[in-house]
Amino acid sequence: MLHSKHNKKKCVIIGASHAGVNCAFALRKEGWQGEIILYDSDPELPYHRPPLSKTYLTSAPSDVLSPLKSADSYVREDIQLNLGLTVTAINAKEQNITLSNNTSQSYDTLVIATGARPIIPKIPGLADAKNVFQLRTAADVAGIRNALGSKPNKNVVVIGGGYIGLEIAASLKKIGASVTVLERENRILERVTAPEISDFFQTLHQKNGVDIFTHKNVTVVEKENNTVKVVCDDGSTFTADIIIVGVGIQVNTELAKQANIEIENGIKVDASARTSTKNIYALGDNTYHYNAHYKKYVRLESVQNAVDQAKVAAASICEKEVAYDTIPWFWSDQYDVKLQIVGLSNGYDNIVIRIEDKEQPCFSIWYFNGSVLLSVDAINNAKAYVMGTKFIKTNQLINKEKLADSSIEFKPANFITQ
Amino acid sequence: MAKVTFITNNNEAIVLEGTTGSVMALAVAHNVKGIDGDCGGVCSCATCHVHVKPEDMVKTGQASEIEMDMLELADNSNEYSRLCCRLELSDDLDGVVLTVAK
Ligand SMILES: Cc1cc2nc3c(=O)[nH]c(=O)nc-3n(C[C@H](O)[C@H](O)[C@H](O)COP(=O)(O)OP(=O)(O)OC[C@H]3O[C@@H](n4cnc5c(N)ncnc54)[C@H](O)[C@@H]3O)c2cc1C
Ligand code: FES
Repeated sequence: MLHSKHNKKKCVIIGASHAGVNCAFALRKEGWQGEIILYDSDPELPYHRPPLSKTYLTSAPSDVLSPLKSADSYVREDIQLNLGLTVTAINAKEQNITLSNNTSQSYDTLVIATGARPIIPKIPGLADAKNVFQLRTAADVAGIRNALGSKPNKNVVVIGGGYIGLEIAASLKKIGASVTVLERENRILERVTAPEISDFFQTLHQKNGVDIFTHKNVTVVEKENNTVKVVCDDGSTFTADIIIVGVGIQVNTELAKQANIEIENGIKVDASARTSTKNIYALGDNTYHYNAHYKKYVRLESVQNAVDQAKVAAASICEKEVAYDTIPWFWSDQYDVKLQIVGLSNGYDNIVIRIEDKEQPCFSIWYFNGSVLLSVDAINNAKAYVMGTKFIKTNQLINKEKLADSSIEFKPANFITQ
Repeated sequence: MAKVTFITNNNEAIVLEGTTGSVMALAVAHNVKGIDGDCGGVCSCATCHVHVKPEDMVKTGQASEIEMDMLELADNSNEYSRLCCRLELSDDLDGVVLTVAK
Protein backbone atom coordinates (compact mmCIF):
# COMPACT_ATOMS: atom_id res chain seq x y z
CA MET A 1 0.00 0.00 0.00
CA LEU A 2 1.19 3.44 -0.90
CA HIS A 3 2.65 5.23 2.12
CA SER A 4 0.51 3.18 4.46
CA LYS A 5 3.46 2.90 6.77
CA HIS A 6 2.93 6.57 7.60
CA ASN A 7 -0.52 5.79 8.90
CA LYS A 8 -1.20 7.29 12.31
CA LYS A 9 2.29 8.74 12.49
CA LYS A 10 2.32 12.22 13.93
CA CYS A 11 4.07 15.20 12.42
CA VAL A 12 3.97 18.11 14.84
CA ILE A 13 4.85 21.58 13.57
CA ILE A 14 5.75 24.44 15.92
CA GLY A 15 4.88 27.76 14.29
CA ALA A 16 2.07 28.23 11.77
CA SER A 17 3.31 30.96 9.48
CA HIS A 18 4.86 30.95 6.00
CA ALA A 19 7.18 28.03 6.81
CA GLY A 20 4.99 25.89 9.07
CA VAL A 21 1.76 26.20 7.10
CA ASN A 22 3.40 25.54 3.76
CA CYS A 23 5.11 22.51 5.23
CA ALA A 24 1.78 21.14 6.47
CA PHE A 25 0.12 21.43 3.07
CA ALA A 26 3.22 20.16 1.26
CA LEU A 27 3.20 17.08 3.50
CA ARG A 28 -0.27 16.16 2.26
CA LYS A 29 0.80 16.80 -1.31
CA GLU A 30 3.74 14.45 -0.82
CA GLY A 31 1.38 11.77 0.44
CA TRP A 32 1.80 11.93 4.22
CA GLN A 33 -1.16 10.04 5.62
CA GLY A 34 -0.49 10.47 9.31
CA GLU A 35 -1.62 13.27 11.54
CA ILE A 36 -0.40 16.83 11.01
CA ILE A 37 -0.62 19.05 14.07
CA LEU A 38 0.26 22.75 13.91
CA TYR A 39 0.71 25.05 16.92
CA ASP A 40 1.07 28.81 17.01
CA SER A 41 0.96 31.35 19.83
CA ASP A 42 -0.71 33.84 17.49
CA PRO A 43 -4.51 33.52 17.72
CA GLU A 44 -5.14 34.74 14.14
CA LEU A 45 -5.75 32.39 11.22
CA PRO A 46 -2.21 32.28 9.70
CA TYR A 47 -1.69 35.24 7.41
CA HIS A 48 0.76 36.76 4.96
CA ARG A 49 3.28 38.91 6.84
CA PRO A 50 4.67 41.10 4.01
CA PRO A 51 1.45 43.13 3.56
CA LEU A 52 1.53 44.11 7.26
CA SER A 53 4.00 46.92 6.58
CA LYS A 54 2.66 47.63 3.09
CA THR A 55 -0.98 47.57 1.95
CA TYR A 56 -2.48 46.26 5.18
CA LEU A 57 -1.20 49.20 7.19
CA THR A 58 -2.85 51.66 4.80
CA SER A 59 -6.11 49.80 4.28
CA ALA A 60 -9.32 50.39 6.23
CA PRO A 61 -9.27 48.96 9.78
CA SER A 62 -12.15 46.72 8.76
CA ASP A 63 -9.97 45.11 6.09
CA VAL A 64 -9.12 41.53 6.80
CA LEU A 65 -5.68 39.99 6.83
CA SER A 66 -4.68 37.92 3.79
CA PRO A 67 -4.86 34.36 5.03
CA LEU A 68 -2.17 31.96 3.85
CA LYS A 69 -4.91 29.33 3.48
CA SER A 70 -8.62 29.51 4.22
CA ALA A 71 -9.86 28.00 7.50
CA ASP A 72 -11.71 25.48 5.42
CA SER A 73 -8.54 24.28 3.68
CA TYR A 74 -7.08 23.01 6.96
CA VAL A 75 -10.21 20.98 7.57
CA ARG A 76 -10.25 19.61 4.04
CA GLU A 77 -6.62 18.54 4.21
CA ASP A 78 -7.09 17.15 7.71
CA ILE A 79 -4.52 19.48 9.25
CA GLN A 80 -5.05 20.24 12.93
CA LEU A 81 -4.49 23.92 13.51
CA ASN A 82 -4.08 24.89 17.15
CA LEU A 83 -3.91 28.65 17.58
CA GLY A 84 -3.19 30.65 20.72
CA LEU A 85 -1.05 27.87 22.15
CA THR A 86 2.67 28.22 22.82
CA VAL A 87 5.09 25.32 22.84
CA THR A 88 7.20 25.66 25.98
CA ALA A 89 9.61 22.72 25.64
CA ILE A 90 10.85 20.04 23.29
CA ASN A 91 11.67 16.72 24.93
CA ALA A 92 13.68 15.09 22.18
CA LYS A 93 14.38 11.88 24.09
CA GLU A 94 10.72 11.14 24.78
CA GLN A 95 9.72 12.61 21.39
CA ASN A 96 7.13 14.98 22.79
CA ILE A 97 6.56 18.67 23.33
CA THR A 98 5.09 20.59 26.26
CA LEU A 99 2.46 23.26 25.70
CA SER A 100 1.50 26.46 27.53
CA ASN A 101 -1.69 24.80 28.79
CA ASN A 102 0.49 22.22 30.57
CA THR A 103 -0.45 19.40 28.26
CA SER A 104 2.00 17.52 26.10
CA GLN A 105 1.91 16.14 22.60
CA SER A 106 3.95 13.26 21.25
CA TYR A 107 5.47 13.24 17.78
CA ASP A 108 7.18 10.97 15.31
CA THR A 109 8.52 13.92 13.38
CA LEU A 110 8.88 17.44 14.75
CA VAL A 111 9.23 20.58 12.64
CA ILE A 112 10.50 23.78 14.24
CA ALA A 113 9.19 26.74 12.25
CA THR A 114 9.32 29.33 14.99
CA GLY A 115 10.69 32.15 12.84
CA ALA A 116 11.97 35.28 14.46
CA ARG A 117 10.95 38.26 16.54
CA PRO A 118 11.97 41.91 16.37
CA ILE A 119 14.97 43.08 18.36
CA ILE A 120 14.13 45.76 20.86
CA PRO A 121 17.37 47.62 21.54
CA LYS A 122 18.29 48.45 25.11
CA ILE A 123 17.79 52.19 24.86
CA PRO A 124 17.08 53.79 28.25
CA GLY A 125 13.47 54.93 28.45
CA LEU A 126 12.31 52.98 25.40
CA ALA A 127 10.76 50.10 27.29
CA ASP A 128 8.65 52.39 29.50
CA ALA A 129 7.63 54.89 26.83
CA LYS A 130 4.04 54.94 25.65
CA ASN A 131 3.18 53.99 22.08
CA VAL A 132 6.31 52.10 21.17
CA PHE A 133 5.69 49.42 18.56
CA GLN A 134 7.44 46.77 16.60
CA LEU A 135 5.95 45.19 13.49
CA ARG A 136 5.86 41.46 13.07
CA THR A 137 2.29 40.41 13.81
CA ALA A 138 -1.30 41.39 13.12
CA ALA A 139 -1.56 42.47 16.77
CA ASP A 140 1.32 44.91 16.20
CA VAL A 141 -0.57 46.53 13.31
CA ALA A 142 -3.70 46.75 15.46
CA GLY A 143 -1.65 48.52 18.13
CA ILE A 144 -0.23 51.03 15.66
CA ARG A 145 -3.68 51.70 14.22
CA ASN A 146 -5.10 52.19 17.66
CA ALA A 147 -2.36 54.66 18.59
CA LEU A 148 -2.96 56.59 15.36
CA GLY A 149 -6.64 56.78 16.22
CA SER A 150 -9.01 58.71 14.02
CA LYS A 151 -6.46 61.45 13.42
CA PRO A 152 -3.44 59.87 11.81
CA ASN A 153 -1.54 63.20 11.56
CA LYS A 154 0.75 62.14 14.40
CA ASN A 155 4.51 62.42 14.69
CA VAL A 156 5.99 59.03 14.08
CA VAL A 157 9.66 58.25 14.59
CA VAL A 158 10.85 55.05 12.97
CA ILE A 159 14.10 53.75 14.46
CA GLY A 160 15.93 51.80 11.77
CA GLY A 161 16.13 52.30 8.01
CA GLY A 162 15.84 48.72 6.80
CA TYR A 163 13.17 47.41 4.44
CA ILE A 164 10.48 47.04 7.08
CA GLY A 165 11.18 50.44 8.65
CA LEU A 166 11.09 52.12 5.26
CA GLU A 167 7.90 50.35 4.21
CA ILE A 168 6.21 51.39 7.44
CA ALA A 169 7.40 54.97 6.87
CA ALA A 170 5.91 55.00 3.36
CA SER A 171 2.63 53.48 4.53
CA LEU A 172 2.17 55.79 7.50
CA LYS A 173 3.02 58.82 5.37
CA LYS A 174 0.38 57.74 2.91
CA ILE A 175 -2.31 57.84 5.60
CA GLY A 176 -1.25 61.28 6.82
CA ALA A 177 1.34 60.84 9.54
CA SER A 178 4.50 62.97 9.83
CA VAL A 179 7.26 60.42 9.62
CA THR A 180 10.94 60.61 10.52
CA VAL A 181 13.31 57.69 10.01
CA LEU A 182 16.46 57.52 12.15
CA GLU A 183 19.25 55.30 10.84
CA ARG A 184 22.40 54.62 12.82
CA GLU A 185 24.64 53.75 9.86
CA ASN A 186 26.04 55.91 7.05
CA ARG A 187 23.07 55.17 4.86
CA ILE A 188 19.74 53.38 4.90
CA LEU A 189 19.73 49.74 3.77
CA GLU A 190 23.49 49.75 4.32
CA ARG A 191 23.81 46.06 5.10
CA VAL A 192 21.71 44.89 2.17
CA THR A 193 22.25 47.00 -0.93
CA ALA A 194 24.70 49.09 -2.91
CA PRO A 195 24.89 52.83 -2.13
CA GLU A 196 23.01 53.63 -5.35
CA ILE A 197 19.89 51.86 -4.09
CA SER A 198 20.19 53.52 -0.68
CA ASP A 199 20.43 56.91 -2.38
CA PHE A 200 17.47 56.15 -4.58
CA PHE A 201 15.25 55.24 -1.63
CA GLN A 202 16.49 58.14 0.48
CA THR A 203 15.51 60.56 -2.31
CA LEU A 204 12.22 58.76 -2.92
CA HIS A 205 11.23 59.12 0.73
CA GLN A 206 12.30 62.73 0.91
CA LYS A 207 10.27 63.53 -2.22
CA ASN A 208 7.28 61.98 -0.52
CA GLY A 209 7.80 64.08 2.59
CA VAL A 210 9.42 61.53 4.90
CA ASP A 211 12.52 62.81 6.70
CA ILE A 212 15.41 60.40 6.79
CA PHE A 213 18.44 61.05 8.98
CA THR A 214 21.51 58.85 8.96
CA HIS A 215 24.28 58.63 11.59
CA LYS A 216 21.59 58.85 14.24
CA ASN A 217 22.32 56.59 17.14
CA VAL A 218 19.39 56.85 19.54
CA THR A 219 20.73 57.00 23.11
CA VAL A 220 17.71 57.76 25.25
CA VAL A 221 13.95 58.20 25.05
CA GLU A 222 12.48 60.78 27.45
CA LYS A 223 8.90 61.43 28.49
CA GLU A 224 7.61 64.87 27.56
CA ASN A 225 3.97 65.55 28.53
CA ASN A 226 1.91 63.45 26.14
CA THR A 227 4.72 62.80 23.71
CA VAL A 228 8.24 61.46 23.94
CA LYS A 229 11.59 62.94 23.02
CA VAL A 230 13.96 60.72 21.09
CA VAL A 231 17.54 61.80 21.79
CA CYS A 232 20.50 60.86 19.58
CA ASP A 233 24.20 60.71 20.42
CA ASP A 234 24.93 63.87 18.42
CA GLY A 235 22.55 65.80 20.67
CA SER A 236 19.72 66.05 18.14
CA THR A 237 16.19 65.37 19.41
CA PHE A 238 12.95 64.34 17.74
CA THR A 239 9.46 64.58 19.22
CA ALA A 240 7.27 61.55 18.75
CA ASP A 241 3.70 60.51 19.47
CA ILE A 242 4.53 57.05 18.26
CA ILE A 243 7.85 55.20 18.00
CA ILE A 244 8.28 52.24 15.71
CA VAL A 245 11.32 50.07 16.17
CA GLY A 246 12.60 48.33 13.06
CA VAL A 247 16.20 47.47 13.78
CA GLY A 248 16.18 43.83 12.81
CA ILE A 249 15.18 40.47 14.15
CA GLN A 250 16.46 37.74 16.38
CA VAL A 251 15.67 34.13 15.64
CA ASN A 252 13.44 32.12 17.94
CA THR A 253 15.90 29.39 18.78
CA GLU A 254 15.31 29.04 22.54
CA LEU A 255 13.29 25.82 22.25
CA ALA A 256 15.90 24.23 20.02
CA LYS A 257 18.75 25.36 22.20
CA GLN A 258 17.20 23.96 25.33
CA ALA A 259 16.75 20.64 23.49
CA ASN A 260 20.48 20.66 22.64
CA ILE A 261 19.92 21.03 18.91
CA GLU A 262 22.93 22.51 17.14
CA ILE A 263 22.69 26.26 16.68
CA GLU A 264 24.95 28.54 14.71
CA ASN A 265 23.47 31.93 13.83
CA GLY A 266 20.19 30.01 13.58
CA ILE A 267 19.16 26.38 13.84
CA LYS A 268 21.70 24.50 11.75
CA VAL A 269 20.05 22.26 9.15
CA ASP A 270 21.24 20.11 6.27
CA ALA A 271 20.05 20.27 2.66
CA SER A 272 16.84 18.45 3.61
CA ALA A 273 16.12 20.82 6.52
CA ARG A 274 17.09 18.21 9.15
CA THR A 275 18.56 19.48 12.41
CA SER A 276 21.34 17.74 14.32
CA THR A 277 18.71 15.83 16.33
CA LYS A 278 16.95 12.77 14.96
CA ASN A 279 13.41 13.27 13.62
CA ILE A 280 13.56 17.02 14.13
CA TYR A 281 13.49 19.45 11.20
CA ALA A 282 13.70 23.23 11.12
CA LEU A 283 12.63 25.68 8.42
CA GLY A 284 12.21 29.32 7.57
CA ASP A 285 13.65 32.44 9.15
CA ASN A 286 15.11 30.51 12.08
CA THR A 287 17.46 28.28 10.07
CA TYR A 288 21.12 28.50 9.28
CA HIS A 289 21.23 26.48 6.10
CA TYR A 290 23.50 25.67 3.21
CA ASN A 291 22.91 27.45 -0.06
CA ALA A 292 24.14 25.14 -2.79
CA HIS A 293 24.46 27.85 -5.44
CA TYR A 294 26.56 30.21 -3.34
CA LYS A 295 28.27 27.32 -1.56
CA LYS A 296 27.91 28.77 1.91
CA TYR A 297 25.74 28.70 5.00
CA VAL A 298 23.25 31.55 5.26
CA ARG A 299 20.32 32.72 7.32
CA LEU A 300 17.60 34.38 5.29
CA GLU A 301 14.51 36.37 6.16
CA SER A 302 12.18 35.83 3.25
CA VAL A 303 8.95 34.22 2.17
CA GLN A 304 10.78 32.40 -0.62
CA ASN A 305 13.12 30.68 1.81
CA ALA A 306 10.29 29.74 4.17
CA VAL A 307 8.14 28.28 1.38
CA ASP A 308 10.89 26.47 -0.49
CA GLN A 309 12.45 24.97 2.62
CA ALA A 310 9.00 23.84 3.72
CA LYS A 311 8.57 21.90 0.48
CA VAL A 312 11.98 20.28 0.76
CA ALA A 313 11.35 19.28 4.38
CA ALA A 314 7.95 17.81 3.51
CA ALA A 315 9.46 15.67 0.77
CA SER A 316 12.22 14.54 3.07
CA ILE A 317 9.77 13.67 5.85
CA CYS A 318 7.95 11.52 3.28
CA GLU A 319 11.26 9.79 2.55
CA LYS A 320 11.83 11.38 -0.83
CA GLU A 321 15.28 12.84 -1.05
CA VAL A 322 15.38 16.35 -2.44
CA ALA A 323 18.06 18.87 -1.64
CA TYR A 324 17.39 22.54 -1.04
CA ASP A 325 18.88 24.35 -4.00
CA THR A 326 17.33 27.69 -4.88
CA ILE A 327 18.40 31.18 -5.77
CA PRO A 328 16.97 33.41 -3.03
CA TRP A 329 14.56 36.17 -4.02
CA PHE A 330 12.86 39.00 -2.20
CA TRP A 331 10.77 42.07 -2.87
CA SER A 332 9.87 45.36 -1.22
CA ASP A 333 7.08 47.78 -2.20
CA GLN A 334 7.38 51.43 -1.18
CA TYR A 335 5.05 54.13 -2.58
CA ASP A 336 4.62 53.11 -6.21
CA VAL A 337 8.09 51.64 -6.47
CA LYS A 338 8.66 47.93 -6.66
CA LEU A 339 12.07 46.58 -5.73
CA GLN A 340 12.80 42.98 -6.66
CA ILE A 341 15.97 41.25 -5.59
CA VAL A 342 17.36 37.97 -6.80
CA GLY A 343 20.47 36.31 -5.46
CA LEU A 344 22.81 37.16 -2.60
CA SER A 345 25.04 40.16 -3.14
CA ASN A 346 27.39 39.55 -0.18
CA GLY A 347 30.96 39.47 -1.37
CA TYR A 348 30.46 41.59 -4.48
CA ASP A 349 33.40 43.65 -5.69
CA ASN A 350 31.95 45.41 -8.71
CA ILE A 351 28.56 46.47 -9.99
CA VAL A 352 26.93 47.38 -13.27
CA ILE A 353 24.11 49.90 -13.33
CA ARG A 354 21.65 49.86 -16.17
CA ILE A 355 19.13 52.70 -16.40
CA GLU A 356 16.21 52.35 -18.78
CA ASP A 357 14.96 55.38 -20.62
CA LYS A 358 11.47 55.64 -19.13
CA GLU A 359 9.31 58.21 -17.42
CA GLN A 360 9.09 56.21 -14.20
CA PRO A 361 12.31 55.28 -12.46
CA CYS A 362 13.31 51.96 -13.99
CA PHE A 363 16.79 50.60 -13.42
CA SER A 364 18.76 47.65 -12.19
CA ILE A 365 21.98 47.04 -10.27
CA TRP A 366 23.96 43.94 -11.13
CA TYR A 367 26.35 42.73 -8.44
CA PHE A 368 29.43 40.79 -9.50
CA ASN A 369 32.36 39.11 -7.86
CA GLY A 370 34.90 39.44 -10.63
CA SER A 371 32.99 38.18 -13.63
CA VAL A 372 30.52 36.08 -11.63
CA LEU A 373 27.03 37.53 -11.37
CA LEU A 374 25.84 37.25 -7.75
CA SER A 375 22.66 39.23 -7.52
CA VAL A 376 20.38 41.80 -9.15
CA ASP A 377 18.37 44.61 -7.56
CA ALA A 378 15.64 45.69 -9.96
CA ILE A 379 13.66 48.89 -9.46
CA ASN A 380 10.34 48.83 -11.34
CA ASN A 381 12.06 46.46 -13.70
CA ALA A 382 10.77 42.90 -13.65
CA LYS A 383 12.60 42.26 -16.92
CA ALA A 384 15.95 42.74 -15.21
CA TYR A 385 14.82 40.62 -12.29
CA VAL A 386 13.78 37.76 -14.54
CA MET A 387 16.87 37.94 -16.72
CA GLY A 388 19.07 38.14 -13.63
CA THR A 389 17.39 35.04 -12.21
CA LYS A 390 18.11 33.07 -15.36
CA PHE A 391 21.69 34.29 -15.68
CA ILE A 392 22.50 33.50 -12.04
CA LYS A 393 20.96 30.04 -12.28
CA THR A 394 23.05 29.16 -15.29
CA ASN A 395 26.23 30.94 -14.13
CA GLN A 396 26.10 32.84 -17.39
CA LEU A 397 29.07 35.06 -18.22
CA ILE A 398 27.89 38.52 -19.19
CA ASN A 399 29.25 41.33 -21.31
CA LYS A 400 29.16 44.12 -18.76
CA GLU A 401 29.75 47.00 -21.21
CA LYS A 402 26.76 45.96 -23.26
CA LEU A 403 24.64 45.40 -20.17
CA ALA A 404 25.35 48.93 -18.95
CA ASP A 405 24.36 50.42 -22.31
CA SER A 406 20.61 50.98 -22.24
CA SER A 407 20.55 51.72 -25.97
CA ILE A 408 21.17 48.00 -26.46
CA GLU A 409 17.89 46.16 -26.33
CA PHE A 410 17.22 44.32 -23.07
CA LYS A 411 17.41 40.76 -24.38
CA PRO A 412 19.48 37.94 -22.90
CA ALA A 413 21.12 37.16 -26.24
CA ASN A 414 22.57 40.67 -26.37
CA PHE A 415 24.60 40.25 -23.18
CA ILE A 416 25.83 36.69 -23.33
CA THR A 417 29.54 36.08 -23.75
CA GLN A 418 31.16 32.71 -24.07
CA MET B 1 -20.41 39.26 -9.23
CA ALA B 2 -18.34 36.90 -11.30
CA LYS B 3 -18.52 33.18 -11.77
CA VAL B 4 -15.06 31.75 -12.37
CA THR B 5 -14.29 28.20 -13.44
CA PHE B 6 -10.89 26.74 -12.53
CA ILE B 7 -9.71 23.58 -14.26
CA THR B 8 -7.14 21.93 -12.02
CA ASN B 9 -4.23 19.73 -13.05
CA ASN B 10 -6.28 16.58 -12.55
CA ASN B 11 -8.98 17.99 -14.82
CA GLU B 12 -11.43 18.80 -12.10
CA ALA B 13 -13.63 21.84 -12.79
CA ILE B 14 -14.20 24.05 -9.74
CA VAL B 15 -16.78 26.79 -10.14
CA LEU B 16 -16.51 29.68 -7.70
CA GLU B 17 -18.25 33.01 -7.30
CA GLY B 18 -16.93 36.24 -5.92
CA THR B 19 -17.53 39.97 -5.99
CA THR B 20 -14.34 41.64 -4.76
CA GLY B 21 -10.67 40.89 -4.49
CA SER B 22 -8.44 39.05 -6.89
CA VAL B 23 -9.05 35.78 -8.66
CA MET B 24 -5.94 34.44 -6.85
CA ALA B 25 -7.48 35.23 -3.44
CA LEU B 26 -10.71 33.52 -4.51
CA ALA B 27 -8.77 30.42 -5.55
CA VAL B 28 -6.71 30.32 -2.33
CA ALA B 29 -9.85 30.79 -0.21
CA HIS B 30 -11.29 27.68 -1.83
CA ASN B 31 -8.11 25.64 -1.86
CA VAL B 32 -7.79 25.41 -5.65
CA LYS B 33 -4.71 23.22 -6.01
CA GLY B 34 -1.82 24.71 -7.93
CA ILE B 35 -2.57 28.32 -7.05
CA ASP B 36 -0.31 29.14 -4.14
CA GLY B 37 -0.14 32.93 -4.17
CA ASP B 38 3.10 32.90 -2.19
CA CYS B 39 3.73 36.65 -2.46
CA GLY B 40 0.22 37.49 -1.30
CA GLY B 41 -0.79 38.90 -4.66
CA VAL B 42 1.76 41.55 -5.54
CA CYS B 43 3.06 40.08 -8.80
CA SER B 44 6.34 38.96 -7.25
CA CYS B 45 6.22 35.16 -7.21
CA ALA B 46 4.46 33.83 -10.33
CA THR B 47 2.78 31.04 -8.30
CA CYS B 48 -0.70 32.07 -9.44
CA HIS B 49 -0.27 31.22 -13.11
CA VAL B 50 -3.36 30.29 -15.14
CA HIS B 51 -4.15 29.80 -18.82
CA VAL B 52 -7.23 31.69 -19.92
CA LYS B 53 -9.55 29.86 -22.29
CA PRO B 54 -8.70 31.54 -25.61
CA GLU B 55 -12.20 32.86 -26.28
CA ASP B 56 -12.27 34.34 -22.76
CA MET B 57 -9.25 36.55 -23.37
CA VAL B 58 -11.69 39.38 -24.13
CA LYS B 59 -12.87 39.18 -20.54
CA THR B 60 -9.43 39.17 -18.94
CA GLY B 61 -7.41 41.20 -21.40
CA GLN B 62 -3.71 40.66 -22.01
CA ALA B 63 -1.07 40.44 -19.32
CA SER B 64 0.55 43.75 -18.34
CA GLU B 65 4.24 44.37 -19.00
CA ILE B 66 5.46 43.38 -15.51
CA GLU B 67 3.19 40.36 -15.57
CA MET B 68 4.53 39.33 -18.95
CA ASP B 69 8.08 39.61 -17.61
CA MET B 70 7.28 37.62 -14.47
CA LEU B 71 5.55 34.94 -16.54
CA GLU B 72 8.90 34.16 -18.09
CA LEU B 73 9.82 32.59 -14.76
CA ALA B 74 6.76 30.36 -14.83
CA ASP B 75 6.78 27.01 -16.58
CA ASN B 76 4.61 26.55 -19.67
CA SER B 77 3.64 30.16 -20.17
CA ASN B 78 2.04 31.14 -23.47
CA GLU B 79 -0.07 33.90 -24.98
CA TYR B 80 -3.05 32.88 -22.85
CA SER B 81 -1.12 33.06 -19.59
CA ARG B 82 -2.07 35.41 -16.77
CA LEU B 83 -1.00 35.76 -13.16
CA CYS B 84 -4.41 35.63 -11.59
CA CYS B 85 -3.51 37.94 -8.69
CA ARG B 86 -3.67 40.56 -11.44
CA LEU B 87 -7.27 39.67 -12.30
CA GLU B 88 -9.77 41.59 -10.18
CA LEU B 89 -13.18 40.05 -9.73
CA SER B 90 -15.85 42.07 -11.53
CA ASP B 91 -18.89 41.55 -13.73
CA ASP B 92 -16.60 41.67 -16.76
CA LEU B 93 -14.96 38.42 -15.71
CA ASP B 94 -18.23 36.55 -15.30
CA GLY B 95 -18.10 33.12 -16.90
CA VAL B 96 -14.34 33.04 -17.43
CA VAL B 97 -12.67 29.62 -17.61
CA LEU B 98 -9.10 29.37 -16.27
CA THR B 99 -6.83 26.34 -16.42
CA VAL B 100 -4.34 26.15 -13.57
CA ALA B 101 -0.86 26.02 -15.11
CA LYS B 102 1.24 22.92 -14.53
C1 LIG C 1 6.35 43.58 8.27
C2 LIG C 1 7.07 42.53 7.49
C3 LIG C 1 7.26 42.66 6.11
C4 LIG C 1 7.92 41.68 5.37
N1 LIG C 1 8.05 41.83 4.02
C5 LIG C 1 8.60 40.83 3.29
C6 LIG C 1 8.65 40.91 1.87
O1 LIG C 1 8.23 41.88 1.26
N2 LIG C 1 9.17 39.85 1.18
C7 LIG C 1 9.64 38.75 1.82
O2 LIG C 1 10.10 37.81 1.15
N3 LIG C 1 9.64 38.66 3.17
C8 LIG C 1 9.12 39.67 3.91
N4 LIG C 1 9.08 39.57 5.28
C9 LIG C 1 9.71 38.40 5.91
C10 LIG C 1 8.78 37.22 5.96
O3 LIG C 1 7.54 37.58 6.47
C11 LIG C 1 9.42 36.13 6.79
O4 LIG C 1 10.60 35.72 6.14
C12 LIG C 1 8.49 34.94 6.98
O5 LIG C 1 7.37 35.31 7.72
C13 LIG C 1 9.23 33.79 7.65
O6 LIG C 1 8.34 32.76 7.93
P1 LIG C 1 8.55 31.75 9.12
O7 LIG C 1 7.35 30.88 9.10
O8 LIG C 1 9.89 31.17 9.03
O9 LIG C 1 8.60 32.62 10.45
P2 LIG C 1 7.53 33.58 11.10
O10 LIG C 1 6.69 34.22 10.07
O11 LIG C 1 8.26 34.43 12.05
O12 LIG C 1 6.57 32.61 11.92
C14 LIG C 1 6.95 31.93 13.05
C15 LIG C 1 5.69 31.57 13.82
O13 LIG C 1 6.04 30.75 14.92
C16 LIG C 1 5.26 31.09 16.03
N5 LIG C 1 5.99 30.65 17.21
C17 LIG C 1 7.24 30.99 17.59
N6 LIG C 1 7.59 30.35 18.73
C18 LIG C 1 6.52 29.59 19.07
C19 LIG C 1 6.25 28.69 20.15
N7 LIG C 1 7.17 28.45 21.07
N8 LIG C 1 5.04 28.11 20.20
C20 LIG C 1 4.10 28.33 19.24
N9 LIG C 1 4.30 29.16 18.21
C21 LIG C 1 5.49 29.79 18.12
C22 LIG C 1 5.10 32.59 15.92
O14 LIG C 1 3.95 33.03 16.60
C23 LIG C 1 4.99 32.78 14.41
O15 LIG C 1 3.65 32.80 13.96
C24 LIG C 1 8.43 40.54 6.04
C25 LIG C 1 8.27 40.41 7.42
C26 LIG C 1 7.60 41.37 8.15
C27 LIG C 1 7.44 41.20 9.63
S1 FES D 1 0.38 35.78 -6.12
FE1 FES D 1 2.48 36.16 -6.42
S2 FES D 1 2.51 36.73 -8.52
FE2 FES D 1 0.41 36.40 -8.16
